[in-house]
Amino acid sequence: MSKSTPILLAILTACALGLVTSQHQARKLFAELEQEQERARQLEVEYGQLQLEASTWAMHSRVERIASRQLRMRVPDATRLQIVKPESPAQ
Amino acid sequence: MKYATSPVLTLTLPVWRSRLLAFAFVSLFVVLIARAGYLQGMHNDFLQAKGESRYSRVIEITASRGRILDRNGEPLAITTPVKSIWAIPDEVKISRKQIARLAELLEMPAQEIDKRVTDTARDFVFIKRQVSPETADRVAELRIPGLFQNREYRRYYPGGEIMAHVLGFTGADDIGQEGIELAFQETLAGKPGSRRVIKDRLGQIVEDVQSIKAAQNGRDLVLALDTRVQNLAYSHLKSAVEKHRAKAGSIVVVDVSTGEVLALANAPAYNPNKRSRLSGAQFRNRAITDTFEPGSTLKPFTIALALQAGKVRPNTLIQIAPGGFGIGAATIRDTHAERTLTVAQVIQKSSNIGAARIALSLPAASMWEMFQHAGFGAAPNLGFPGEATGKLRPYRSWRPIEQATMAYGHGISVSLVQLARAYTMFAREGDMVPLSLLRVDAAPSAQRVIAPETARAVRAMLELAVHSGGTAPRAQIMGYRVAGKTGTAQKQENGAYSSSRYVSSFVGFAPASNPRLVIAVMIDEPSDGLYYGGTVAAPVFAQVMTGALRVLDVTPDGPMTPIELPSEGDEVKESI
Repeated sequence: MSKSTPILLAILTACALGLVTSQHQARKLFAELEQEQERARQLEVEYGQLQLEASTWAMHSRVERIASRQLRMRVPDATRLQIVKPESPAQ
Repeated sequence: MKYATSPVLTLTLPVWRSRLLAFAFVSLFVVLIARAGYLQGMHNDFLQAKGESRYSRVIEITASRGRILDRNGEPLAITTPVKSIWAIPDEVKISRKQIARLAELLEMPAQEIDKRVTDTARDFVFIKRQVSPETADRVAELRIPGLFQNREYRRYYPGGEIMAHVLGFTGADDIGQEGIELAFQETLAGKPGSRRVIKDRLGQIVEDVQSIKAAQNGRDLVLALDTRVQNLAYSHLKSAVEKHRAKAGSIVVVDVSTGEVLALANAPAYNPNKRSRLSGAQFRNRAITDTFEPGSTLKPFTIALALQAGKVRPNTLIQIAPGGFGIGAATIRDTHAERTLTVAQVIQKSSNIGAARIALSLPAASMWEMFQHAGFGAAPNLGFPGEATGKLRPYRSWRPIEQATMAYGHGISVSLVQLARAYTMFAREGDMVPLSLLRVDAAPSAQRVIAPETARAVRAMLELAVHSGGTAPRAQIMGYRVAGKTGTAQKQENGAYSSSRYVSSFVGFAPASNPRLVIAVMIDEPSDGLYYGGTVAAPVFAQVMTGALRVLDVTPDGPMTPIELPSEGDEVKESI
């Protein structure tokens, strides 16, 4: 039995313990990643729902109805329209 | 007794006994080694699989269906996850109070819930499907044993009935069943994937082992539709169909330069979000799948051909009266008082005799070719399910009377989409592009049908038709020059033309100096006494065109003066 054997044994033990800890860490981090990814999916679903809600509220027929009935807006008639031509033709 | 003198020590046993024992032990070891070898080497796969099944799981990765967007990115169809709530009646333990609360949450009668959860003859019963996630969460909070939830998908159409016929809808499994949803199923549908993971005691995923199949989300589809134009088109069409108590109506708005379909609507429509108790007929996109005899809207094509062939010029005089125009046993009649009309006036006043006379001066083959180039008798290739081709018989079988009536749109059938596309020939400089339901980013290559001069000449005639003295003064709009043609056709009934059922149509474009939009309107069987295309369909055209040009910021090219309509008696009636 040489002198270096106990040292090597100690290093080996340390390495083994290190492996166990890092594996544990990796798994913990991975679980966290999974949760965040799940959250991302949830947010995406929510985004879709909000988009749906936004476009339902912004439907042109609804905007038109509110503009003409509640706000009493209307398209100006031709006598009150003036077309302004740009001085240099727009390219 | 001393140890040394113990008789046991002097006892001699036969040698075979120790040998037997040694042999027994050795063979036991051999068996053990063989077993170990067998497990490690030969039976390995099975054991490994067994072991893995304790901690590794294959989980499904869901893929979502792509959205449908309009040309400006506004969502027209979105899939969102919902929950279905189901129960195993045998396992359900529910109190009166919980039933009442559940009924309140799910907005359904308590007796109904009670009936379902006590129906122990069944192993599985849905309480309610397509429940919003919030409601489902609140139901889960009640913690009722035997009540479960499943994730499912539901497609929502914020546009409701306005886009119904174009978009179509999906079935319960998120598979397209009608319209764009069916036509572009391949693009929209996602492909679910799966992966193998390691789960710990708590059910958390701790390691990704392998990805068996990557999930592929469905791609978004950008349509050519413009929500603003579509809304205008649908609402004006709907009110016209109601006002004239018509059976149905359709409208198509096409961008002249790209061939994009900016709006396409049919009335009556349906709400794709609530479509129980609806039949197949209501789902049909009439503008694409149904054909009709177009009537006078087909006259410009014959005239264009005659101009192109050099047979006539716009001011050539054509004899109209006296009497009808007899071809064989049949006589074509007109409602006009004039004895002669110029070719331009034939279009302006929509004279059948004029169109027929011009048609008969042309060879049948070239007329057939003209119709074919205009896209009649062939599917418009929009990729839409059930596109109608229309009826265009081969010219070899045409009799002279048939050639004459075809000049004013009888004996030939077209769909509204085909008609709208054909008019792009005049709106453009004599060439045509394919129509597209999807947004087009690069201008498509055009195919020339008639010379640019011919297209311009016909355009000038079509402009006359919407002024007083023409058949469609109601198609005029303030600030823009308009060109277009009316059509009023009797419907065929048991092989004969009906005198009470009509199809009124109008196809036109604006601004006439540099056309941007072609709009085709068709009203089927108006029944309030009015049936002329100029009185039924032309006003819809004018309303939609006014709004659409404003929305698209098109510079006015006409006078900003209010439109004068001729008095009742002076209106030019088109010949039917």
